[in-house]
Amino acid sequence: MSVIIDKWSIIAPAKDVDAEWGGGEMENTKCECGHSNPVGTTLCEYCGKPLEEENASDQPLEMRYDGKARRSQTKKTTWVDHVWNFFSSVKIAVWLIVITLVISALGTIFPQERVIPSGNPDVYYKQKYGTLGDLYYNVGLSDVFNSPLFMILLAMIGISLVVCSLDRVVPLYKALNNQKIVKSPVFLTRQRVSRTQPIPEEMDKGELLKALSKALRKKRYYIRQEGSSLLAEKGRISRWGPYINHIGLIIFLVGILLRIVMPGWYLDESVFVQDGKTKKLPEVGYYIKNVKATMELYDQKDSREQAENGQPVVKKYETKAILYKKNPKTGKLQEVKKGPISVNHPMKIGDLLLYQADFEANQTQAIRLQLTDKKTKAKLGEFRINLYKPAPEYTLKNGMKVRILNYFPDFVMEGNRPTTKSEVANRPAFVFEVTGPKLKKPERSWMIAGTNLDDISKANRYTIDLTRLETANSTGLMVRIDKSLPIIFTGLGIFMVGLSMGFFWYHRRIWVRVKDDNLYVGAHTNKNWFGLRRELEQACQVTGLSLSFSPDQRREE
Amino acid sequence: MEQAMEYALLAAFFFYLFSTIAYVMAVTGKASRVGKDVHTQRWSRRGLVLAIIGGTLHILFTVIRIAISGHFPTSNMFEFTAFLCLSIVAAYIVIYFIYRITVLGAFVMPLAVIMLAYASVFPTEVKPLIPALQSYWLGIHVTTVAIGEGALAVGFVAGLIYLICWVGQGNRTHTRTAAFLEGVLVLLLMLVGFVVMSGIFSGLGYQASFQHSVDEKPVVEEYSMLPIVSPHDSKVSKVDSFAGLEKPLFEAPSWLKGEKAAGKLNTVIWSVISGLILYGLLRLFLRRRLYELLFPLVKNLDLEMVDEVSYRAIAIGYPIFTLGGLIFAMIWAHEAWGRFWGFDPKENWALITWLFYSVYLHLRLSRGWHGLKSSWMSVGGFVVIMLNLIAINLVLAGLHSYA
Ligand code: HEM
Repeated sequence: MSVIIDKWSIIAPAKDVDAEWGGGEMENTKCECGHSNPVGTTLCEYCGKPLEEENASDQPLEMRYDGKARRSQTKKTTWVDHVWNFFSSVKIAVWLIVITLVISALGTIFPQERVIPSGNPDVYYKQKYGTLGDLYYNVGLSDVFNSPLFMILLAMIGISLVVCSLDRVVPLYKALNNQKIVKSPVFLTRQRVSRTQPIPEEMDKGELLKALSKALRKKRYYIRQEGSSLLAEKGRISRWGPYINHIGLIIFLVGILLRIVMPGWYLDESVFVQDGKTKKLPEVGYYIKNVKATMELYDQKDSREQAENGQPVVKKYETKAILYKKNPKTGKLQEVKKGPISVNHPMKIGDLLLYQADFEANQTQAIRLQLTDKKTKAKLGEFRINLYKPAPEYTLKNGMKVRILNYFPDFVMEGNRPTTKSEVANRPAFVFEVTGPKLKKPERSWMIAGTNLDDISKANRYTIDLTRLETANSTGLMVRIDKSLPIIFTGLGIFMVGLSMGFFWYHRRIWVRVKDDNLYVGAHTNKNWFGLRRELEQACQVTGLSLSFSPDQRREE
Repeated sequence: MEQAMEYALLAAFFFYLFSTIAYVMAVTGKASRVGKDVHTQRWSRRGLVLAIIGGTLHILFTVIRIAISGHFPTSNMFEFTAFLCLSIVAAYIVIYFIYRITVLGAFVMPLAVIMLAYASVFPTEVKPLIPALQSYWLGIHVTTVAIGEGALAVGFVAGLIYLICWVGQGNRTHTRTAAFLEGVLVLLLMLVGFVVMSGIFSGLGYQASFQHSVDEKPVVEEYSMLPIVSPHDSKVSKVDSFAGLEKPLFEAPSWLKGEKAAGKLNTVIWSVISGLILYGLLRLFLRRRLYELLFPLVKNLDLEMVDEVSYRAIAIGYPIFTLGGLIFAMIWAHEAWGRFWGFDPKENWALITWLFYSVYLHLRLSRGWHGLKSSWMSVGGFVVIMLNLIAINLVLAGLHSYA
């Protein structure tokens, strides 16, 4: 006659349960077998017998950390304990992750501030997305990934990871490194996979154990024997998986933290350099020369190489660049590195990385303007404004002077306020003040590239007209330093190692005991019970006992 | 070469379809002659072989496409979705060899058919790569993501089977679970509806276009389906008449301003309507709810086993997805854009997917989260993946939307 113990599995979890979700307090620490257990232990360290609860119950045992107590379960008085218990709780961890998830989702409803084509988010969101957009901006969702809230969440997850790992890793280590082989029959019969079988008279018990141990060894179990008890174990490494992956995450988060708090660890700048020009890189002691920036298109004749609407597709952006450093003695520029920079192939020197980020063909660099007296039709002189470094004032013929009152490199109206979309001179606009001997008071005049403004300045005596644009190709380079990258990627690597350990190995243990003419078998795994059952059945088959470990046709509830 | 490539994919499609039929035969057949078990075994093996042939042809397609284009075919919606379909089939085959559950095939293979059909709605031509995509990371990153998502999709299918089983076995036909389950099945039908409508309209060569302005610039918006809704404040340039309709029924609200927003809304409306019509027809002719229709396929399954299959598939998919969607993604983003993470919508949804499945794994550590709740989570995870694939690509533009 045999008893199938395994009929509650659908209610009981496939993995061990954290006590916080349903464990209880207990007073008893001394087991019937005589062993004294530390406070909080649920299964006797020595024989595995349950120490608490409805001893009569035949529910499968909670095997988490083999019943070892965790700090968070035993210490609950001081404020340190409370903080510790808060952060060690999986329930809290789940909430933290869920909140992060929800915030990330909200953060994708509208584009984030960093990518909008406007320097004035306060107006932009309202204008483009209406009331909802305004709300989005005011609630702080438009830049939520840089918000203190998001940082605090990440920090809390980090703390929680450290605390929960410390809380659990010690009892786990103790439990796994100090396993007793002989277990109480109660322990064996109350495993999720378990079988009690009277041994036939004609069978030799020693031989039976030997055969079983041989069969299990073939399945690559590590076997230990003590008297008439066996403990077969494999894949213990799987149990360390979560801890390794959490350590990886902690390292990753530390990397993120360091790049924020360490001065000089993180740089995110950009420069535009015209063909042939040399420019100092922001924040670092290097100079860059754009020898030539090019854009290559796919062959238009090949129909496959066209985009859908027949427009040419860009094949390559490249900047031939030379990097210099200033010699402190002579003050001269010395070449440090030379080579092409293209998308996916940044230039690297030390921690500094230069990326091909932008390409502007025929970009306006400067404009030439002509001042004309409308009355006399006299041309009073031409002046040139460098759009990236405009001089404040220009002196012309006959004592005329033009002063720049306001300059918008990339002009737009936001509401009824003029402003600039970017620092790139895509649509330069000026407010000038013209003064001269023939004017009683200074005249104001507007100039917006590509717009006719004759009406606005109708009353003016002098007009300012565009005569010529000076253009050049220029390349946009990103200037990056991120010293925490090695830490971040190491963290991620460790995370992956942990995941693989946890998910591709399974910690399986099989306890066997021969007692009073009965064979007790109990088995436990941290995941994938079907595999365990199959292995057990196959092993038993070899010994001549065909035992079934398959669960009954079960129903929930 | 190009012909061969197209035939390979078409053949793969039909093999997936035949495999579906074989699997359905396996689980439904009465088989009086040979007996139930033999019948099931025989058709199940046929289903598996057909699926493997389909998968092989699909791989052949992929290889030829690499030879033609010189890059891994994961650079636009068609290529990615087709590859995702292949991953689902591959993940299924792996899971099948672990658990040997025939019913799973009867549910996964139709999903593969739908995915491939969905893929073919998008332009299928080989196109040149923009500079940002010219990297071997394109192949590494995107394939890993797709393989991970394939396994997660199998987890979803097992979760769905669990729910159908749970409702049916316990006779819980009027529970909230039953209602939500029916809702999920209707959502899948809408995807089918979208594929069917796209097929019909493009078969007819249907065209319509509107003129309106976006950010004060005039644009012409092309529709591929009969316009039910026109862009806000727009003029008709051309509307082919279809089924007596020649005018849009209403105009998009003013806050829907994006460049192609109205066209997308139109497509969504068509998907919803056609999905509901399909559902209505099914209900009318079969006189049963969808899950009741599907229940006979799964009635003999052991719930605990199904739960484990779902978990196992996700446990395989999660690390692969992490590797592809987070780690490789970060390495490539670092190389191409100079930052390893930029909270671009696509990146963000990969993060959300990952966080979602992390929650799933942690909840499974606790009592009461196995089985029913866990299955719902696996369904939810797939919904997030589909949101990422469909909604984020089509609706929220970012660095990643290249289709
Ligand atoms: C985004 C952050 C996190 C990720 C990606 C993550 C990932 C994981 C993964 C993959 C596992 C293995 C699950 C399994 O084997 O089924 C795991 C287990 C676990 N995690 Fe996390 N985790 C995160 C945060 C946390 C936090 C903040 C806590 C703090 C309470 C926590 C507590 C645990 C515990 C207690 C386990 C089970 C350990 C065991 O089986 O011995 N996790 N985590």
